[in-house]
Amino acid sequence: MRRYRRPWTFYALLALFVGYVAALYGPMLCIYVLSFQDVRGGLVFPMKGLSVHWFVDLFTQVRTGDVKGSFDRSIKLALMVMAITVVVSFLAGLGFRRRFRGDGVVFYAMIGSLVAPGLVLGIGIGLMFQFLGIQPSWTTSALGAQLSWTLPFGVLVMFAVMSRFDRRWEEAARDLGATRWQTVRLVVLPILLPGLIGVALFGFTLSYDEFARTLQTAGSLNTLPLEIWSMTLNVTSPSLYALGTVTTAISFLIIALCLGVIIHLQRRRAARADMGNVAGTEGPTP
Amino acid sequence: MSPATAGDVRLVDISKSYDGVPAVEAVTLEVPAGAYCCFLGPSGCGKTTILRMIAGHENPTAGEIRIGGKNVVGLSPSARRTAMMFQSYALFPHLTVRDNIAFALRVRGVSRAERHRAADQMLEKVRLTELAGRLPGQLSGGQQQRVALARAAITEPLVLLLDEPLSALDEQLRVQMRQELRRMQRELGITFIHVTHSQQEAIALADMVVVMAKGRIRQAGSAREIYDAPRDRYVAEFLGGQNVLHYEIDKVNGASVLLKGPEARSIEVPLNGHAGKLALVAGAPIDVAVRRDDIQLRRPGTAGLPGTTALSARVKAVEYQGYFVKVLLDAGSADELVAYVSERDFFRETLDVGDAVLATWKNDLSRLLVLGDG
Repeated sequence: MRRYRRPWTFYALLALFVGYVAALYGPMLCIYVLSFQDVRGGLVFPMKGLSVHWFVDLFTQVRTGDVKGSFDRSIKLALMVMAITVVVSFLAGLGFRRRFRGDGVVFYAMIGSLVAPGLVLGIGIGLMFQFLGIQPSWTTSALGAQLSWTLPFGVLVMFAVMSRFDRRWEEAARDLGATRWQTVRLVVLPILLPGLIGVALFGFTLSYDEFARTLQTAGSLNTLPLEIWSMTLNVTSPSLYALGTVTTAISFLIIALCLGVIIHLQRRRAARADMGNVAGTEGPTP
Repeated sequence: MSPATAGDVRLVDISKSYDGVPAVEAVTLEVPAGAYCCFLGPSGCGKTTILRMIAGHENPTAGEIRIGGKNVVGLSPSARRTAMMFQSYALFPHLTVRDNIAFALRVRGVSRAERHRAADQMLEKVRLTELAGRLPGQLSGGQQQRVALARAAITEPLVLLLDEPLSALDEQLRVQMRQELRRMQRELGITFIHVTHSQQEAIALADMVVVMAKGRIRQAGSAREIYDAPRDRYVAEFLGGQNVLHYEIDKVNGASVLLKGPEARSIEVPLNGHAGKLALVAGAPIDVAVRRDDIQLRRPGTAGLPGTTALSARVKAVEYQGYFVKVLLDAGSADELVAYVSERDFFRETLDVGDAVLATWKNDLSRLLVLGDG
């Protein structure tokens, strides 16, 4: 006899969830599937053949645009944004544990830059650079524009991480004779490391697919999202879909990499704990 | 400096205020080296602030803190040779038990092999050898406490400061770890200063109990002094076990004083050396303490013995407590009157709620209290 039967609401909610996931991933899935057509392929279903023709086309044909160059720039830019976001968010997280003069102003200015319409902000930065006579470029104006988006995000994530950080850990370290720097290196950083990896992940992915703020600030050379956008205007082959598949794969790769690092850290910690156990039990017994 | 006095802690007129709001006011106290001292008081009475000032995590607004005769205000905790055991222990969650204990040696640059050897010795002392490789999250509350103790003790401090060390434990474990703390204190032979809001904990552990209220010391002395001879109503009520009765001075005659109460019956209380300390003026209000276990209950109508006081009362409630029975009485005044009757005596002649009784005590068992400001 079954002891437990699921209520009908379970199936109703399950259907809703499946529908939601289908709506979320369905359109993207179409793109991934269509990118694997052969040379006869078009932009719509039905699918014609099965090959990696359009992936090769993507990286060999000049007419599809500067995919390689823009990909290269996007990765470099994302890495820069990530590094700056992690460092600044970490320091802000430490700083905001105490109240200080003007902390409210800093906080609301930060939230302001988060909610400001990206396109307008980007145009503003572009105009400002022009006014000052500086050539906009992806390493300067676009970097700044993206930071206006990733920094508040990173800091907010840090706030959440810091809310679980017990100040007594720092006091205990100080009590045991650690210098400030030793406290940061041996206690604060290792405890916050998983959170910082999360911030890094945010910084990287937010920058990697940033469009609105970058559009008017990237200067003469495109980042990948800008390149894809311009391709949608003039490329009419499944190369476009191939590009979508590649960029998605890279996003997932980065996420998997970060998760892998976190899991590895946890495993190592647990393994060390186990090793210690063995050493402990094998120690001299009275 | 002789080692015998190296761990003596003297607070000289220390005060601490936060943005002008006083937390500790002009506290002066001497804790002898090697003593187990408990600061006792409700939350917000300033006891933790004092502890943190001794530890060097807070600086006094005024006054001096002397350890082994040397003023330590402004020195780092390690320079003071104090160590603190934090409330809920603050063990480093990412380090194993062994690495937690060895932390103080690590930051002093002691080699890995050497600090692990020292940590293992400490582990043996707190009987946790088999858990050396665990992370704090994998330990029970009692085990965490022992790790915290070992971590604090590894630098051989002169003074160990404990902030509510037992509050994170459940009742049974608390009693057990209490003994463990006392054992460690004897073994290490150093001064322990322990902050708690539990009077039971304080009187069970301490050589010296310091009762605090509103940033000031109300009374400091041995556990027995504090319990048996509280200075004022506050201390008596905080420690419990006492009836505090409000009276008015009627007459002072030599060795005793006659008081009259709201029930218009006069009682006699011995002065025992209090005469100089109290302003005994006829008509002035005064508090009297009588221990709950010094009150005997008799049937009304029995003849009063000489040298005893008897109040007629009604039984309000009876609580069985095991080896004694707590009888709450209504004696017609606002003060609560409670008698602890030994279990065997109580059941020889059981009392019920509403019964009329005589609450009696020998006059020389009652004590005058200093009239506190509440």
